[in-house]
Parts: sequence; C-alpha cells; structure tokens
Amino acid sequence: MSVLVFTENWDGRFKKLTFELVSYAAKTAEMLNTTATAVSIGKVDDAELKKLGSYGAKKIIAIENEKLNILDNQAYSALIADLAKEEGAQVVVLSNNNTGKAIAPRLSVRLKAGIGSGVSRLPLSLEPFTVYKRTYSGNAFAHQVIKTPVKIVTLAQNSFDLTETSDSSVIERRQVTVDGEILKTTVKDVQKQTGKILLTDADVVVSGGRGMKSPDNWAPIVELAQALGAATACSRPVSDEGWRPHEEHTGQTGKIIAPNLYIAVGISGATQHLAGISSSKYIVAINTDKDAPIFEAAQYGIVGDAMKVLPGVIAAVKELRK
Amino acid sequence: MKILVCISNVPDTTTKIKFLEGNNKLDTAGIQWVINPWDELSLTRALELKDDASTGVKSVTVAHVGSAASEPTIRKALAIGADDAIRVNMDATDAYNVATQLAEVLKKEQFDIVLCGIESSDYNGSLVGGMLSEMLGMPSVSAVSGINIANGEVVLTREIDGGKEVVTVPSPFVAVVQKGIAKEPRIAAMRGIMMARTKPIKICEPVECENLTEIVTFEKPEPRAKCRFVDAENPKQLVELLMNEAKVI
Repeated sequence: MSVLVFTENWDGRFKKLTFELVSYAAKTAEMLNTTATAVSIGKVDDAELKKLGSYGAKKIIAIENEKLNILDNQAYSALIADLAKEEGAQVVVLSNNNTGKAIAPRLSVRLKAGIGSGVSRLPLSLEPFTVYKRTYSGNAFAHQVIKTPVKIVTLAQNSFDLTETSDSSVIERRQVTVDGEILKTTVKDVQKQTGKILLTDADVVVSGGRGMKSPDNWAPIVELAQALGAATACSRPVSDEGWRPHEEHTGQTGKIIAPNLYIAVGISGATQHLAGISSSKYIVAINTDKDAPIFEAAQYGIVGDAMKVLPGVIAAVKELRK
Repeated sequence: MKILVCISNVPDTTTKIKFLEGNNKLDTAGIQWVINPWDELSLTRALELKDDASTGVKSVTVAHVGSAASEPTIRKALAIGADDAIRVNMDATDAYNVATQLAEVLKKEQFDIVLCGIESSDYNGSLVGGMLSEMLGMPSVSAVSGINIANGEVVLTREIDGGKEVVTVPSPFVAVVQKGIAKEPRIAAMRGIMMARTKPIKICEPVECENLTEIVTFEKPEPRAKCRFVDAENPKQLVELLMNEAKVI
C-alpha cells in the first residue's frame, strides 16, 4: 500500500510544483492510512532528494540511467507502472504539466487505472474515490468517481498549498535496466529559453492585450514585469498578430496558468481568455472600457489608458517595494 | 502516407455552460457544437501536409466517437477538406472507453500518423491520445507544436518546460497536438461544403468496454468578489492594495 508520486526534475532541481505534488500525495496517503513514496528519474543529488522528504515523502526512490536522459513516453510509463506495482500503489500522482500529460494516460492503460486529470483538491471521498477536476475549460468543476482499484491523479499547478514536515525519510537509489527496444524517441535539437521567468512557474504575471494597440507599446509591460519579478504573457490576438511569441499566449488554446496575481492590461476578457487565467488567485484589470468583461473576473481594476496608467504603477512598485 | 485525425465534438467556446437539474448533465439547449479547437488545428495541419506534394501524404481521415447527433461536426471536418470519416456510434463519456474504440478503428485500418488534440474543451482530460498509443503499443509524442515531413521523415517539435525539442519517432505514431501546429484553423469553402455531402462516413458499432470513471456532479466555480476600482490618477493605491490587502506582491 502506498501513494506513489512522480517527481520530475529540471537539471537536477525540483520546482515548487514538485513540492505541491509531494504535499498532495502525502495528504492523500494520510487519508488512506498509508505513506507517500516519491519516484525521481535522473541525476539528482541527495540534498535535493531530501527536500521531497521535507514535504512528506517517506521513501524516495531515485533512478539514474542514461537511457532515460530524454523523455520517452513509453519508457517512462513502463518504468513508473512497474514501480507502482512493486510499491503496491493505490494512487499515483503526477503533475498536469506537459510531462505528466505525456505519461499519465499511458500509465492508465498499463495499470488499468482510471484518471482524474487537472485535479485541484484532495479527494472529496475515498469510497467511492471522488476527485474534483476542472471541466468546460474552467467554466465548471466536476466530481468524478474513479472506479478502478488503482487511481491516477494529475494535479493542477498552484492549486495545493505546500505542507512541510520534520518526519524522517529514506532515499533508495535503484538500478534499473531499460530495454533499448522500448526507446523510440530521438531528440535532434533542443531550444531553451534562458534567463526568463517561465510563464507556468511564475507567481506574478503581467499580460498585455490588443488594447496595447501596437507591439511598440510593450516596454511598460516588460518593465512592470521586471519590477515585480513577474513573467510576461499576452492574449490570443496579440500572439496571432505576431506582436509577441506564441509561448506567451494565455487562454483556452494557449497556456492555462494559475499564478497568485495576474495583471491584465488592455485585455477585454473574452470567455476564451478567461478560461486560461480564471484559476489565478487575484486578477487585476487595467482597461479603458469600464464595461469590459475582464472587470467581472477581476478583484482590482483601473479604468484608464494603459500607456498613461502603467508608468505610475511601475513608479509605485519601485518606490513601495524598495 | 495516411493521416488519421481524431476529432471531438464540443460546445462552442463562447457557450455559457449550464447544467440540468441535478447538476449531472450539461444543458444542451441552444448550444452550438463545434470541432474541438485543437482537433481543428490538427486537421488544418494534416491538410496543409497533404496539399504539399513533397510530403507524400495521400489521405486525411477523421475519426470520431459519438452519436448520430454529432454528424454535423463530422460533415464540417469533411467540408474543411478531410477525405473520409469514421464514426464509432457511442456517446463519449470516459476517456479510456473512447481510446478503446479508436484503438479498434486503428486495428482494422493502418495509418502512419495519428493526430489527437491535447485536450477537449469540455472534459479537459488530455488523455485519449496517450491512452490510444499505449493500447496499440505505438510511440507517442505529447505537446506537439510543429510537424513537418522532409524526405519521408516526420519531424516533430514538442514543447518542454521553458523551451522546445525537435524529435523523431518511427511511424506509425500518435502525436498529441497543441497550439502552434497550425496558425489559423482552415475554414470550409462553399465547394468543400458541397463536396462534403457525398464524402463517405463509415459507421462502426462500439466494442464492449467499461468506463473507468464517471462524473457524478458538476458545479460552477465560486463567484469572485466584486471588482474594487482604483482611480486612474492614483495607481499607488493599487500597488498598496496588492501588497497589504491581497498580499500577492
């Protein structure tokens, strides 16, 4: 019996989302009177692995194998499925990020386990096992029953508070053999963004819409983001026009984000845009149109021209956050 | 080379979502149904590849799991340019069941590339493409934002945290597709709409499969607190509120 949690690393480091996952797995394990076991694949040192213990993992299984240096969906899901069986996992927890989405459905078939994806709360009940998940692109949430003996949950980012513990944990380094036959993915090239705060990791996001009128007007958006240590984002028309790269597009068909603070500048707030940001803890809107739907989603708002309002906001941030 | 695009039938993205009494079923009154946005982009890209003779793509088929009520959505896909369609006659409620049905389709007919949208805008599962590939023992690549074919080799771009990777996998494979794959969804022209009427839709009966999950209730998100307006002349107050009241900066 256990709750198994897959903990992805980035160049040997975990992120806040990893600790959210482990906190979630530990709490779920507590409900089931069992413990959480974390699985790490890749080169991660003991000090970093220990952090998983401080968020509630009792056992940390660390696997290093150079064949697993690139993400091959089949190889990863086969390995995690085997570990889930060995550990007698009742629940397997993964992130709802790109990696989790790549592995979880394959794992579901291997373990014949139903999945709740994009879950944002602890199980609502254990019998039947019911999860709370996002549906209709954030316009509704569903209580979904998972009927299989083994359950898989993918957790929405920034939806679960970190819980620290001083309980002890053990690190188990395991050797695994990876059948070369199963590896099908060849990576020919990698392009990484460097020195930028990633939109999906950011606690604060400053986002511009068509109301900015021209790509030449983006300097204050970037400046405000820098002053706040925030990531920059944009609405769909802006990325479609090529004013900003499509990686910045937040909304239903772009990135779905849930920062603590989302500042929407010159964004009217179409349903499709709100679908990507509605899980933000706070939304601030700056818009010339007082009837724009973004103000219905926002907790704080300024009616005014962004180019006139933003310099004052930037100056205030610089002054007050000294 | 043959491409299969799996399509889902979803409420138009501007729909105000309501549920029937009991909150366990969508109120479909007045809803306009459309091709799931990511599936529509996949279809667009598949057709672009077919239009380019150098790719060797000979046909684009769409597959859909749904009742007869979703035929207008299939016809739309045919009008946009798909050559033919397969519909498995079953209401889609559980991802595992849907993937099982699509796997049956793929056991009967070979395709080189299978495209699935990264999620459907109704259940937001991100599950069917990955499940399907595992059921068939095929490789899968997820979060695909680009697909190109040169000299018979299919090259995919996948999004990773903070970047992109250019990858290849042997065919047949499943690509789970997201934004970026095509710029704008292709729109049906009048000629396409006329031609779609005579294009074949093959109907298959579902195979036996149990649902692994079931939605028992829907609820609407909690309403947010009303917007508090700050005077445009006093942006400092906004920053103070964010620091001291919301405590988010």
